[in-house]
Amino acid sequence: MKKEFKVIAGLLPNNTRVLDVGCGDGSLMNFLREEKNIEVRGLELNQENVQQCIHKGLPVIQGNAETELHQFPDQSFDYVVLSQTLQAFYNPEEVLKNLLRIGKAVIVSIPNFGYWKVRMKLLFFGEMPVTKTLPNTWYNTPNLHMCTIKDLFKFCDEKNINIKQVVGVNEDKTSLIKKSNLEIKNLFSKLGIFLIG
Amino acid sequence: MPSLAGLFFWMNRKTEDINKIIVKKPLKLDCGKTINNFPLAYETYGKLNANKDNAILVFHALTGDQFVTGTNPITNKEGWWVTAVGPGKAIDTDKYFVICANVIGGCMGSLGPKDINPENNQPYGLDFPVITIKDMVKAQESLLEHLGIKKLLCATGGSMGGMQLLQFCATFPDKAFSAIPIACSSSHSAQNIALNELARQAIMADPVWDNGKYVSKNVQPKNGLAVARMVGHISYLSEKGMQEKFGRKLQEKADYEFSFNADFQVESYLRHQGYAFVERFDANSILYITRAMDYFDLSKQYKGGLVEAFKNQNTKFLVISFSSDWLYTTKENKDIVIALNASGADVSYSEIVTDKGHDSFLLNEPEFLKTLKGFIDSMYEKFKNEKRI
Repeated sequence: MKKEFKVIAGLLPNNTRVLDVGCGDGSLMNFLREEKNIEVRGLELNQENVQQCIHKGLPVIQGNAETELHQFPDQSFDYVVLSQTLQAFYNPEEVLKNLLRIGKAVIVSIPNFGYWKVRMKLLFFGEMPVTKTLPNTWYNTPNLHMCTIKDLFKFCDEKNINIKQVVGVNEDKTSLIKKSNLEIKNLFSKLGIFLIG
Repeated sequence: MPSLAGLFFWMNRKTEDINKIIVKKPLKLDCGKTINNFPLAYETYGKLNANKDNAILVFHALTGDQFVTGTNPITNKEGWWVTAVGPGKAIDTDKYFVICANVIGGCMGSLGPKDINPENNQPYGLDFPVITIKDMVKAQESLLEHLGIKKLLCATGGSMGGMQLLQFCATFPDKAFSAIPIACSSSHSAQNIALNELARQAIMADPVWDNGKYVSKNVQPKNGLAVARMVGHISYLSEKGMQEKFGRKLQEKADYEFSFNADFQVESYLRHQGYAFVERFDANSILYITRAMDYFDLSKQYKGGLVEAFKNQNTKFLVISFSSDWLYTTKENKDIVIALNASGADVSYSEIVTDKGHDSFLLNEPEFLKTLKGFIDSMYEKFKNEKRI
């Protein structure tokens, strides 16, 4: 399993109810169900992924998180997980609001646009960065609202969203991110995983 | 070609041979009347295993019957869901025990308007009580009792079959481990009712119908019934699907005939479907069954709406809709999903992208059949484990 999923799984207590928004082929859901006895639900847009989840016996609803989160009642899940999709929404603020409404807490991971290689690419080559976590080019990227770990920190502060924990991921290494080490971690983390709410 | 009277005699004779139980328990219908000692015809496929944990109940649609797969012994045609049910198919009869009952009000052996009313020894006709989806479902619960099945592995059905399924889950929340409502709705829309009314009016406008008394004369209002069927067939296809299948193609001719014969292939198709149907279906049954569909409104039955209907569900749901279905739209199917979600039920949902319209659930739609199979097989594993614990 991806390092990111291991971190997310580590943030989730056993025997809880979790909604995985953009659950893909259900690999995170499967892990959470088998290892942590978590009652999982998924929301996924792609037909093939939906089918994969159903084959694994994972409850999944085919739908678009941008427009269909309204169907989930307030506070109906202990946790809502959103992995590396926030930046692809037309209105990430609205989506985040919805996630916080549905879940008692929310885990959001973002590809960090503040990662040093990304900054170098833009600074020295003057080109939009293409990296492992950002594999698309400017004209075919689904990412509409790229942000950095620092940006999401600031956003939460401005919107009075409580940040419980932030984990930076670089390959196999993870580290806790606090306000005190934000500048340096924002430079060296490929991914930021936020536990908020 | 046999005379229609002869055909009716032949149909009645053959329906004598089909499997049925006599439901002794009185069934109080929603209309207030009670029926008892009534026949309920059914068919099964595959074998019930020793643990009795491999039973799947299929609910049929408006013009369906209990002959889901194989050859229908009455019509000698393929069963209506031969694409999905059978050995090695999505609903694998080598593995699962598939049950399907003819709905009451129908005409394939279960109590219906063409049967003899014991009160006057005449066919019921319009004296048959108006039945509802709930009545149909309650009658079928007696069959499960008869077969000794406490909990189904799965229950499924498309169209009116899906409506019966939703009712079944609401009325008997512990009877199915999993459920797959397909291309259905939790209440009939104005458009659904309008189309059904069109079908009914076509039958009633046929003078042979004679207020439903045609049965005792051994005739059938076949012109009206055929038109009713044509209405149905239009609603089962999508605009795009119809255009692709027929377009403006002419039926075995080079040019227009300048007449009212079936010049276009689509006309010929509708006529064929319409007149083939009168050979196997009773006109009064169409009136009764379409009425039952129109009266169906699950949220009306439960104060507090649809969410209340699905409260305390342990059943695991998979709702499936088809993108080009305009009879029971994706939106209507999603409303079911939303209600199930809000009630806390375990629900999955998939929209199959296809041009084939409402009919898709009866056709060889690979994505649909794969989804169906994946769900049922995974549910079987879960059900077995749950039973072991």
